[in-house]
Amino acid sequence: MTSEPQVTRELALAHGMTAEEYDRAVAALGRTPSYTELGIFSVMWSEHCSYKSSRIHLKRLPTEGPRLIQGPGENAGVVEIGDGIVAVFKMESHNHPSYVEPYQGAATGVGGILRDIFTMGARPIASLNSLRFGSLDHPRTRYLVGGVVSGIAGYGNSIGVPTVGGEIYFHPSYNGNILVNVFSLGIARRDKIHRGTAGGPGNPVIYVGSKTGRDGIHGASLLASSEFDAASETKRPTVQVGDPFTEKLLLEACLEVMKSPGVVVGIQDMGAAGLTCSTVEMAARAGTGMEIDLDRVPLREEGMTPYEIMLSESQERMLLVATPQTERRVREVFEKWDLDASIIGRVTDTGRVRVTSRGQVVADTPARALVDDAPRYKRPSARPPWQDGLAEPAPGSIKDISNGTKALVALSTSLNLCSREEVYTEYDHMVRSNTVVRPGSDAAIIRLKGTRYALALTVDCNARHCYLDPMEGARLAVAEAARNLACAGAVPLGTTDCLNFGNPEKPEVMWQFEQSIDGIAAACRALDTPIVGGNVSFYNETEGKGIHPTPTIAMVGFLVDVKGAITQWFKREGDLVFLLGDAHGSLGGSEYLALLHQRESGRPQGVDLERERALHDLVRGARDTGLVASAHDCSEGGLAFALLECCITGPQGAVGAEIKLEGKGRLDELLFGEAPTRVIVSAPAECRARLEQMAHTASVPVSLIGRAGGPRLSITAGGGTVVDLELAPARTAWRAALAGHLKG
Amino acid sequence: MKFGIVVFPGSNCDHDVYHVAKHVLGHEAAFLWHKDTSFAGIDCVVLPGGFAHGDYLRAGAIARFSPIMKAVEAFAARGGLVFGICNGFQVLSEAGLLPGALMCNAGLKYVCRDVFLRVERQDTPFTARIKQGTVLKLPVGHGEGCYYAPEEILKELEEKRQVVFRYCDAGGQVTADSNPNGSLRGIAGVCNARGNVLGLMPHPDRCAEEVLGNAQGRRLFDSIVYAWELARRQRI
Repeated sequence: MTSEPQVTRELALAHGMTAEEYDRAVAALGRTPSYTELGIFSVMWSEHCSYKSSRIHLKRLPTEGPRLIQGPGENAGVVEIGDGIVAVFKMESHNHPSYVEPYQGAATGVGGILRDIFTMGARPIASLNSLRFGSLDHPRTRYLVGGVVSGIAGYGNSIGVPTVGGEIYFHPSYNGNILVNVFSLGIARRDKIHRGTAGGPGNPVIYVGSKTGRDGIHGASLLASSEFDAASETKRPTVQVGDPFTEKLLLEACLEVMKSPGVVVGIQDMGAAGLTCSTVEMAARAGTGMEIDLDRVPLREEGMTPYEIMLSESQERMLLVATPQTERRVREVFEKWDLDASIIGRVTDTGRVRVTSRGQVVADTPARALVDDAPRYKRPSARPPWQDGLAEPAPGSIKDISNGTKALVALSTSLNLCSREEVYTEYDHMVRSNTVVRPGSDAAIIRLKGTRYALALTVDCNARHCYLDPMEGARLAVAEAARNLACAGAVPLGTTDCLNFGNPEKPEVMWQFEQSIDGIAAACRALDTPIVGGNVSFYNETEGKGIHPTPTIAMVGFLVDVKGAITQWFKREGDLVFLLGDAHGSLGGSEYLALLHQRESGRPQGVDLERERALHDLVRGARDTGLVASAHDCSEGGLAFALLECCITGPQGAVGAEIKLEGKGRLDELLFGEAPTRVIVSAPAECRARLEQMAHTASVPVSLIGRAGGPRLSITAGGGTVVDLELAPARTAWRAALAGHLKG
Repeated sequence: MKFGIVVFPGSNCDHDVYHVAKHVLGHEAAFLWHKDTSFAGIDCVVLPGGFAHGDYLRAGAIARFSPIMKAVEAFAARGGLVFGICNGFQVLSEAGLLPGALMCNAGLKYVCRDVFLRVERQDTPFTARIKQGTVLKLPVGHGEGCYYAPEEILKELEEKRQVVFRYCDAGGQVTADSNPNGSLRGIAGVCNARGNVLGLMPHPDRCAEEVLGNAQGRRLFDSIVYAWELARRQRI
């Protein structure tokens, strides 16, 4: 064995452990750890792998429901669809790597989430992503956008999983910390679900996929679990390099080997902390142990130390437990796909993970100690003193407008509200031929072949709302996601979240985090959409400056019949336009205030979850009785912008509308004020009475606000015309704006 | 009728074509593994879209060496129907079964969106049920779809009427704006001189059912079935 560094407390600190954590590791082992063991403890107990700062709070999230088959704790969550079919989905962050190396960081983020899905025995059929970038005047922003989008496209397009939706926002708080959250969903037979457990002592442990190299060592522990500083560039080597072709082979080989029952006992992907995490977690879940011989691990380069092999985060690898009878079958399938499959060890009943290299034991640690006895912190939290100052309600010092046309055009061509076509046309959003509603409506819809079923997918978070009021912001994010599903005609099945925050060692960040958890928990309970899994990303800070709290919510909805799919744009000239919900919004925290008055202040209007739910039921109920031609959620940009979207987002071109709004008070608030619990619906004229009656029965306010048709959007209020816009050029400008902004 | 769908490592529209052949058209379909050296009982071979061998070199450059390609070549030489879609077109051109080459898109980016295509001739098995001059709406999804051939080859293609589809606008005009990738002469699909091998960049397999909002792609598959039945009846 080459001489390894002497393990000391100082070395542990250099690994990102605290002195107390090091003492805890020594106590768990009953001796000083070896160098390899120190590496193992440091990654397993990193924030990224152990959730040590968040775990006690995550317990408050609702993780049960009648359709839920697998909640948090596995590679991905599982929800029952019907006819023995299940949906397997999860969202994860790849923020830090994507900032350091945008193409590969984003690409391997996609690769990682896809592995989480097919590890469970499910074929991935759709992906989403949620991206946050800094302001355009930051020198890195354009480079990061280009790299991240190409990375997602490069990986997802090649492996053949459509990217059917997502969101992109720009804000200076992400200047030094972009967010790349990726979601994927797969479909499986309920009885073919596989889990990451190493059952059956004596069973072979098989390594499959790419060879192991030196890439990604300490990606999870040092890159993802600490703040950025000026030296972060030097962490570039900790970012892995993706190979979608190999992952495609791995995907097909894994699904083929999992098709026959009983061949695979357990399987887990080697993601963060690679071989370490997969061996330890699989043994810990099963209450077994494992013996691993590193000499049998396929290596990409010579001279790798046990420490490096255990910590490598090389991509496109899986750890699989078969049986003595089935190991041949596993080898045959992987050989067919030209992939390595090497038996690297056996399951044991010792409860320990024992690692040897060249005949010597290099690590021998209890599996459960690394998982269950990981440190848990209840970190101090405190409402920041500046929080109250943000709530300053009155935009009183701002002059009201007398006509909204100019502001509406400005909003519709702004960086945050213009069309995302420039980006989503770079993603293959149609492969697998299931995409019924493509990117650009409230939710994407995919059909499930061989059934009448469809799924609706959406991802949402308004981080400004979360910054101004973390608890209400989180409730609003969940409510908006569920509303988007309702507007697609779907019922929520479940939710996965990516909780992106700053440094948890700061009490104000911890407060934001706790508030968000409580907000998500309350809204998910009220709207019957349990959390099936997700991920926490802390330390999104650079030189002490944190991001806006961004708890991204991805939600999956169900349609019993794909024919019930609804899109957001007006369909027919002459259809009536209704507003379901209250007419009035608030300028607090609005896009209008931020864009046109450079103010991020005020309180976002809160959501009454019971009323929200009644609204969603009404939209779906009206759809069932054939009363809905289109339905669109009103969010950023308020009522006026939502109406404009109804007019111009359809793939066939613009359909205008004549709208009359009632309302007293400020005109800017009427047009651009934001509020939850509002949906714009269009319906054939003969449906009016029936729709109004259904709304009354549901106690949802309903008002007929106009009629679709013509080449213009005109809005009158208080007797005068307040918006009058020719739509053809408005649509062209809205579509072209993002490319223009990014060109600079 | 039986469709044989070649599965290269990295093919990712193989299931989509299988679905159309089997569940939309109601015909038989089988996957043909790229390492196999022969196949039998197949009436139309489809080379599906995807990223065969990762397309890390030039798209299709490695796939042409897959063992199955010798059998595909022999099948085509016997007059069998061979249809390359997207990556399949790239493979066919690399294999020399079709003239020209597919280069990186003029915009240098992958592009996924609907385009319009003008059908240039009806007298091929792939367009037998579509009148010449018809404008179809089909989606593209590719990074390397810019059709290129030297001028003398282009001339020959035009003379022999081997250009089967051209990118156009909704009104059927071939314009620069309606060309998603910079293909010369707006070429989206070409056939061999004999007319039994077709390569097409857009995806009829992604728009063959009303539930997907567009069933125009089905017309190509219906044409294939029609032509095959016609040929069979003529043999009898």
